[in-house]
Formats: sequence, C-alpha cells, structure tokens
Amino acid sequence: MSTNSVSIFEPRILVPAIGDAFLKLNPRLMVKNPVMFVTLVGAVISTVDAFRSPGQTLFVAQIALWLWFTVLFANFAEAVAEGRGKAQAKALRQTRTRTNANKLNARGSIESVDADSLRKGDVVLVRTNEIIPADGEIISGAATVDESAITGESAPVIREAGGDRSAVTGGTRVLSDEIKIRITANPGEGFLDRMIQLVEGASRQKTPNEIALTILLAALTVVFLLAVITLKPFGIYSGVNFSDVVLISLLVCLIPTTIGGLLSAIGIAGMDRLLQRNVLAMSGRAVEAAGDVDVLLLDKTGTITLGNRQAVAFLPASGVTEPEVADAAQLASLADETPEGRSVVVLAKNFGIRARAIHELPGARFVPFTAQTRMSGVDFEGRQIRKGAAEAVRKFLGGSLPLEVEHAVENVSRSGGTPLVVATHERALGVIHLKDIVKGGLADRFKRFRAMGIRTVMITGDNQLTAAAIAQEAGVDDFLAEAKPEDKLALIRQEQQGGRMIAMIGDGTNDAPALAQADVGVAMNTGTQAAKEAGNMVDLDSNPTKLLEIIEIGKQLLITRGALTTFSIANDVAKYFAIIPAMLMVTFPVIAPLNVMHLHSPDSAILSAVIFNALIIIALIPLALRGVKFRPLGAVEILRRNLLIYGVGGVILPFVGIKLIDLVVAGLHLA
Amino acid sequence: MNAHQWLELAVYIAALVLVTRPLGLYLNHVLNPAGRTWLDPVLRPLEKLTYRVLGVDATKEHDWKQYAFAMLIFSLVSCLFTYAILRLQNFLPLNPQHFGALSSHLAFNTAVSFTTNTNWQSYGGENTMSYLSQMVALAIHNFFSAAVGIAIAAALVRGIARHTAQTIGNFWVDLTRIMYYLLLPICLVLALFFVSQGMIQNFKPYTTAKLIEPQTVSVQKTDASGKPVVDAKGGPVMENQTLDTQTIVQGPMASQIAIKMLGTNGGGYTNANAAHPFENPTPLSNFLQMLALLCIGSALTYHLGRETKNQKHGWAVWSAMFAMFLAGVLVCWWAEAKGNPIHQQLGVAVADGNMEGKEVRFGILDSALFATVTTDASCGAVNSMHDSFTPLGGLVPLFNIQTGEVIFGGVGAGLYGMLIFVVLTVFIAGLMVGRTPEYLGKKIEAYDVKMVLLAFVILAFIILGFTAWASVSNWGTSSLANQGPHGLSEMLYAYTSGAGNNGSAFAGLNANTPWYDTTLGVDMLLGRFGMIVPLLALAGSLARKKIVPAGAGTFPVTGLTFVVLLVGTVILVGALTFLPALTLGPIVEHFLMLKGNLF
Repeated sequence: MSTNSVSIFEPRILVPAIGDAFLKLNPRLMVKNPVMFVTLVGAVISTVDAFRSPGQTLFVAQIALWLWFTVLFANFAEAVAEGRGKAQAKALRQTRTRTNANKLNARGSIESVDADSLRKGDVVLVRTNEIIPADGEIISGAATVDESAITGESAPVIREAGGDRSAVTGGTRVLSDEIKIRITANPGEGFLDRMIQLVEGASRQKTPNEIALTILLAALTVVFLLAVITLKPFGIYSGVNFSDVVLISLLVCLIPTTIGGLLSAIGIAGMDRLLQRNVLAMSGRAVEAAGDVDVLLLDKTGTITLGNRQAVAFLPASGVTEPEVADAAQLASLADETPEGRSVVVLAKNFGIRARAIHELPGARFVPFTAQTRMSGVDFEGRQIRKGAAEAVRKFLGGSLPLEVEHAVENVSRSGGTPLVVATHERALGVIHLKDIVKGGLADRFKRFRAMGIRTVMITGDNQLTAAAIAQEAGVDDFLAEAKPEDKLALIRQEQQGGRMIAMIGDGTNDAPALAQADVGVAMNTGTQAAKEAGNMVDLDSNPTKLLEIIEIGKQLLITRGALTTFSIANDVAKYFAIIPAMLMVTFPVIAPLNVMHLHSPDSAILSAVIFNALIIIALIPLALRGVKFRPLGAVEILRRNLLIYGVGGVILPFVGIKLIDLVVAGLHLA
Repeated sequence: MNAHQWLELAVYIAALVLVTRPLGLYLNHVLNPAGRTWLDPVLRPLEKLTYRVLGVDATKEHDWKQYAFAMLIFSLVSCLFTYAILRLQNFLPLNPQHFGALSSHLAFNTAVSFTTNTNWQSYGGENTMSYLSQMVALAIHNFFSAAVGIAIAAALVRGIARHTAQTIGNFWVDLTRIMYYLLLPICLVLALFFVSQGMIQNFKPYTTAKLIEPQTVSVQKTDASGKPVVDAKGGPVMENQTLDTQTIVQGPMASQIAIKMLGTNGGGYTNANAAHPFENPTPLSNFLQMLALLCIGSALTYHLGRETKNQKHGWAVWSAMFAMFLAGVLVCWWAEAKGNPIHQQLGVAVADGNMEGKEVRFGILDSALFATVTTDASCGAVNSMHDSFTPLGGLVPLFNIQTGEVIFGGVGAGLYGMLIFVVLTVFIAGLMVGRTPEYLGKKIEAYDVKMVLLAFVILAFIILGFTAWASVSNWGTSSLANQGPHGLSEMLYAYTSGAGNNGSAFAGLNANTPWYDTTLGVDMLLGRFGMIVPLLALAGSLARKKIVPAGAGTFPVTGLTFVVLLVGTVILVGALTFLPALTLGPIVEHFLMLKGNLF
C-alpha cells in the first residue's frame, strides 16, 4: 500500500493525533478503560481543588495539570497507533470512485448500471481498462489485473476462470482482455470495504487476552482505590489530615496507568505491523492466536521449495557418456515449456551443448506429454527420444531397464529428487536428476521456531521417500506425505484435539475447510474467494513464508503487553518510597530514613512522582508501537531476559527518574 | 542467635523436608476415592457405612456448583450446631465449672471463627467454655474446618490436573476420607504423644492449689460496682492484695491440641494458648506442634506435583513457600534477638534479646519460629505474645498473614491461596514469553482471571474496610489497649487475622464487644467463603479446558526463575495493597521506637 512506508512518528501522523487525544477525553469513551477513567476523575477533582486550596494553589494546580497530561498522553498513544491505519483507510477510500458496471441481464443483453446497485449473483462484463465493480468470481475468460490498489504491488496479475485464481476484488483494474464475473459481495460488504474498516480500526474489538488483562488492571485499580481511600480514616486515627490531592496523586501513581494507557495502542500497533507486511488480519483475536501457535502446517511447494523442480545432474547408463545423455535429454526437452523442461535445457549447456531452437531441427516431430504415455520427447533423425518416469519408460522399452539405471532411479528417489529416464526407442541412456530446490535460510528459520517450541509440519503430495528427504533438507520437524486435501483437515483436527494451536496458509478452494478449522488461517490474496472467506488473515503478497513473520508479530504483541504490565506494577515500589514518606513527614518526622531518594520536599516528592508517572507513558509510546524486540529463544530464556529488563528495570528506573525530576522541580522552585 | 539455636532451626527444616514426600504420597491416596491406604482394612467398612448413613452416592462426582453448595450447606449446618451448643451450654452436661451461656455476639463470633478454621478467640477458654463446648462444639470444627480446607485444595488440584472434565470430585467423599484416613489417625498418635510429654486429658473440675509462698500484688482498687477508684487527680488508687491460692485448669486437652496444630486451627484450650505449660509442656512437644502445623500444607504441594504429573512444579511451589518462611523466621528471630534498644539503654535488657511476652521455657528462637510458623500456617496458636514483639519482629507475623496465608498456609487454604498467586503470576508474566498465559497447559482466560481477582479483592476489601471503619469509630478505638500506631496495628492485625482465617491475635485488643465480635465474624465469613467460592469456580473452569502440551515455548512453572517470580508477586502484591496501612502502623512505630517512643 502506498502509505506503507510512512513512519509512525511523522508529523502527518503525530499532528492529527494531538487533536484526537483531546477528542478521546469523551467520558463515554474513557469509561471503557477503567484505569484511565479513574485518572480522569482524579484530574477533574484536583482541578476543582486547585481553586479551593488558597495556600496550595500552585502545587495543586501543577498536580492537576500533570494528571490531565497523563490522560492525554495515553489518548495520544492510542491516536498515534490509529494514525497510520486512518491514513491508509483514507487512501483506500479514494480508490473507491463511483463506477458503472456492465450488467448482463437475464436476456443476455448488457445494461450499464451503478456499481452500488449490484447484488450477489449478478453477472457483469469487465473490459480492458475498466474497474472491476465489486468482488466476484470469473466465470469465463482470463485477464491481467492491476491489483496495486490493494496490494501495493504494481506488477499485474493473471486472473482466469476456473481453478484457484478466479477471484477478483472490487476496485482493481483490468489491464487487458475481458472477463465475465459473477458478483459475490453486496455493496459495502466487499473486500475493499472490509479492508478499510479493518485498517481504520472502526470495528476493532478487544481481544480475549486484552479483556482478561483489562480485568486485571481494573481489579488492581479497585485494590489501590481501597488502599488509598482507607488511608483517610487511618490518617484521622493517626492525627494526619491527608488532602484530597495528595491521596489522588498516590492513587494515580499506584494504579497501572502505564499499561492502562498503552494497552489499546499496543493492540492496534500489532495489527498495524502486520499490515505493513501486507497481511490483513480480520480480527485482533487472530493476531493473538498467532502468538500461541504450536504447529505450523506448511505446503511443500511454494513455501518450503521453490515452485518448480530443476535438473541438477545426468546419470548415464553404462557405455553412455554424460554429454550423450545431456544431448538426448535436451532434445527431448526442447518443446517442453515447463520449468522442469527448461531447466534440463539449461543444465545441458554445461556439457557444451548449446541450446537449439526447434526450427533448427528440420523434420523433428515433437511428442507432447500425455496422460497415457506419461512421456514427452521428439522423433528426430530416425530416433525416438523420450523422457519420462521410470515406469513409463520401462513400458516403452518393453519391460525392463538396465540394472545401473534402476539403481540410479532408486538413488535419486531416495535423495528426495525426481528421476526421469531418458531413452531412445532402442535403449535407456540414463537418468535426469530433478531436484526440489529448498528455499534458502529456511532451515535456520525452522531452527528458531523449534527453539520457541513451535513444530513445523510439511505437507506434500510426494511419496514418503521423497518427502522424507526434502523434510530433512529443509529442517522441518515432521511431514505428511501423499497428502490429500482432506488429510490436511484431519491433521489439524487431530492436533487440536491434543490442545495444540495450528497455523496454516492456503489458497485453493479445497484449502477452505482447513483454513477455517486452523486457529490461524492465512489465505493468499491470489487465492479463491472461498479460501479468503475461510481464513482469518489475508496475505496480500501471497507469500507463503509470511506465516513465519505473522507468528513473530503475534508473539511480539503478547510480549509487549506482558513486559509493560510487569514494568507498570514494578514501578509502584519507587512511587511508594517517594509519596508515602512525603505524606507522613510532617506528622512523623522520624520516618525521614524512608525518604531513600532524599527528595527535596514533600510537595516536590509527590509532584515528581506524578510527573514521572505521566512522562513514562510518553517515553514508552515508541516501545508500545514498535513492540518489544523479539528474540527467538526458549521460554525460560525469554522470560529471564524480559524479567530482568522490565521487572528489575521497572523497580530501579523510577528511583532514578523521580530523583532527577525532583532535582529539576526543586531547581525551578516549582514545589 | 547461637549455634545451638541455629542447629534447632536446621533440624526443624530437615524434618519438614523429610515429611513432605511420604505424607504427600499418603495424601495422594487419601484424596483419590479409589486410593488405597494401609488403614483400609479398619476404615474402609466405616467409610462405606458413613456413605450409607448419609445417603451419599460415592461414585457420583460434583461439578463446581454442586461442590460449593455441599460445602456451604455443610458449613452452615455445623456452624448453627456450634452456635446452639454455645448458647445452651449452661443446660448441657460436662460443665463442672458451671459456666453460663455465651452472649449472642460471642457465640456468633466463636461459631463462625471455628467453622472458618480461623479460631479467633474473643474469650478465654478456661473461664468460658464447658468441657462439652470444648470437645463437641469447638473440637469438632477443628476437624471439620481443616477437612473442608483440604477438600477445597483437592478439588482445585483436580481442576488443574483434569482436562475436558465437568466434575471436580465429591465433597462428601473428600470430607469423609480426609477425616477418617488423615486427620483422625494422625491426631490419635499425636495426642498420645502429647500426653506422654505431660499434657493433660481428663474431665475433672479445676483444681485449687494452695501457694507455698503467698504473694502480695498491688492492684487498682475497685468500688462495689467494680469500677476503678480514682484519686483527686484522676490517678488510680492502688491497694495490696495477698494471694494464697491458685486455680489450675483441667480438662480434655491433649485430644484438642493435636488437631489444633495439625488442622492449623490454633484455638487454644486456655487463653495462654501454647504458652501454657499444659498445652505445650516440653521443648519436644513444642517442636512437634510446630512440625504438625506445617506438615500437611507442605505435603499438599507434593500432592499438587503428583496429581499434575509435574513434581518439579510441586517443589517449585514448595520452594517459594519455603523461601518466604525462612526469610520470615530469620527477620523475626533477628529482630527479637537484637531486642529493644530502649530497654538496653535503661540497662533492663535481657542479654538474650526482647523477652517481653515470651515464655522463658522457649526463649527467643522457639518463640520467633513459632510466631512465624503459626502465622505462615494461618494457625493462630501462639506460644508468645506477638503484641510484645519488637515492631519489626511483630511486622513479620502481620505481613505473613497479609500475604494471604500462602506460606504453607492453613491446611488446604495455604495451597489454594498460593495457587491464586500462581495463576496471577502466570497471567502477568506469562505474556512475556510471547504466548497467551497458560498454567500447566490450561489457558488462563478472562473468566479465570476474574475469579482469582474476585477472591483477591474481597480479601483486601474486608481487611482494609473493617480496619478503616474501626479506626474512626468509638467502638473501634475504645477497645484498644494502646494508642498511636500500635493501636492501629492491633486493629489491622485483628481484621487481617480474621479475613486470613488465621485467628492469632495481637493481644491488647479487647475484641469481645458486640461490634468487634460481629464485624470480625463477618470478616471471617467473607475471608473464608468469599475466597473459596470463586476458587471452586476457577477449579470448574480449569477442569473444562483442554491441556496444551508443554514445549520449549511454554511458560516455565518450575525452576528458579518461576520461584523468584512467584515470591516477587506474593510480596509485591501483598506489599502494594497493605503498605500504606502498614506504614501508619508498625513502620511508623518502628521509627518512633528508634527515637525512644514506645506505645
């Protein structure tokens, strides 16, 4: 998407966010966040108090001001997190211009109607340079389509009737040819509409874990409310009169404002990070689930291996030289336009055989691949040159292959490759070793996943032998060979029965049930409408390895939440040491040793704690939005590291911070 | 803090460690309805007969609501039963001292106190309770309330260990088996041992003994109506009184003391509780009482590990409890051994530290250890007066109670209390490993968090709420023996002790007033059932969940990191909730003491 490169901290995001921070002061919105709502109430009461405490006006007013800042900073964080999504939604809306559609009516004639009047089931015709009026399925024809409005990818894609590439999205443009489309979405329910809503966060709902965390924060707020309110009677008993503003300051410092203020920003930012990687999560729940995934189901083709197999070696039969095999193999492949065939031609060049063009071979008759012969090749200069699976060639040659060819076939199979036997009508010449090329860096990546406790399972239609070899090379933990689409669903169900969470990526219609069943089902944007509806995420790039990034983002989101919660609670220790002695110092001067930070005066101590409490929210916005740095380590290691940083660090940092602020406050004679 | 005392502490710890596994294994059999024990030949027929008499179908398990309902009904009925006996004790037999009936508020307070395993006593046993009241009304609850506690813990452990299950056990079966196979046999042996140490067990009226040396004491003069006489300046008028006789308490003591300790009840037979020579005759009886206090709480952690097939987790929970126990003992012991600086300046300090309110027979360590153990275990039995501890020494028992009685804790209650913190820890820190929180394979979701926090908020609410109310009310402050911060500590201690179902008292508070009896009664009820019911709901919810198999990415609930985290959560959450109140109480008092002010 065009706005993807926008940094979150650009003025065009930050400036509107300031205004939004004020708009979000609406109590009806605030009440959804109990922690910040209590802070807001505190701010209001202190503001009123500022006018009613003559000797203390400056102090009370300052406290009130910083309490307002605390609330505004939290609102600001949320507004910034929403900012980029809003900008993107705006950009998307602009692409959705009013269009007319060529609707085919029952009599087969074309009438021009408003795109907004189209309903599910209508059939429209889209010609070159026209905008596709709504989401639909191609029922006839093929076309190149510019989908950059949605994916940001400017290279056109091919969409055709039948198969897994028949879905088109409203708002994209046909660049060539003409297609007939059956509409699959009513106005306002299309992919683009949904995308705008999601990007904007309009229909954002709290995720299960967010709800649970909000309950925790609310309960802590209640407990601290109790602790602070009861201080009033305890004070009366002890002969100390705590003023409202002091109690409010203590309360606001103790309730988890840091995480309370940043919680929703963290969630929004998590979805936003996915969006930057061109993954559209249909709900925050899916992002959260991504962090929990135990098993990754990966299709071999396209995810683990490059889509196509390549020739890597020629294995000659006895009495035949390698170049001879290469020569025959090339001849047999000249007319073979499949990637495999082309790779044979390329490999043969290594033996000094230049690639010949078909027209350079007069009299050659090409024999295409058929399901009956399962061989392809060429009849040229009286020779019938063929290449094909061992079984087919064996039949072609009358039932048997030389022993060393049989051996070569077996060896290639065992190593995970595909053997193709090259033969003339007289005898077998040798074997072409076709190999699945495993994508680079995957083994490393899978190792990282293993360290995090995530199991990877490769799914392939290959036989056991081949599957095992590739599985080993790619470094996956397990594989399912000779898999039919329904096996995938069965595997997911079986793993889920054992309590595991499953992620998978898919595109075809036959993937839809599995995508729906999986806890995280990522549909490729190139995939069918059914697949896109079944999954809970859509990868606009249609890149299967994206699943790995999705999981990392999910984990990062959860870690950020946990880290800031821990940090927020750990902060309270220092705040106690700042405020409690300050509250009691006048009546009980003996407790001076508790003032471990040697803060200037009771007023400056309280003010400094409140200021720290507000500033830490602003200071942590970048962390909340970018997420805690994720390291692929085992749980124990991650926990220890984060505990040290956010737990122990959370205890120590405010001591330093409050002391520094106190120095400034005292230096400026603010209190 | 000499070598001899260090050795005693070491022996105590060793004994606690050694008893944990065997008792845990035994518990495992007791808490499993199909479990087998070597007592089966004798007790199995009795157990079956009990079910038949009660009309209980032992094969049918309860879901959490049925379990909670059965538990509540049982507690209600047994509580009313005790209330009735206490109100009618003057008409009932076995009352050689002819004690009158208890007032309604004292009877309510006492019945609730014993039903909730608190054993807070607003009365002195030897001059209030008939033998029947002691043996039937009170001792029976020592067994029942302990058994209920263990049953709840067992149900919660089942909830954690089971998956996709609807039920968490049968309350009546749990109760019966715990009574027959666990509490009664051990108590029988313990009681016999205590008798061997010189503890009494009889139905004789109190004995009056003639003093060999009559003693003269100076007491405040009272007029005919019992009011103290004051002189012109308002000061008390003193007169000398010569004492030549002494009343010696008698009664069925050993049978009650065994369960008082084993069931972490703590309700003393006498007002002096375990400081009384009959209730705690020898150092050996003292040692065994302390061991009896913690052994079931300790063994239950082993049971947890065993049931969840994660023994390391059981030991991790144990270690967290143990670490806090040890820290408490050492601080308390150190503070008491160091003594009172003012006494030292005046030259009246005992060489061995602060001996005020302590039995000379036990000394500093045994008193500090007992105080720590009894408050860890929510027991409430005391062999010294915590009120007389130094402020820091007294802070340890207070803080122990305010952590929610989770350091081994009351039988059963300690484990389920600690599991609240375990769930809380897992929930807060669990996210930091990059997964939604899960505990032993169970996802901790909104409902579970709600239940755990409900239990937690209720506890904070009643402790702080009642103390705050008392501190600004006439009824609250007029019962205080001490003013200033110490008075606040007394009130805070009372409501903390009640809500935590501990029952130990910071002496000095006259709690037998209608207001205190009633508010403390409510405090105890909410502290017990306000916690148990949400916890049973948690057990039910956990039982229904699937178990996610553990892997490298699973939050570790074993090992040092987890133990540190758990201890941190217990202390931090405890401290954060109660620190403001504690500051105005013991902490201010401590600093005032250092400056020479005493209360």
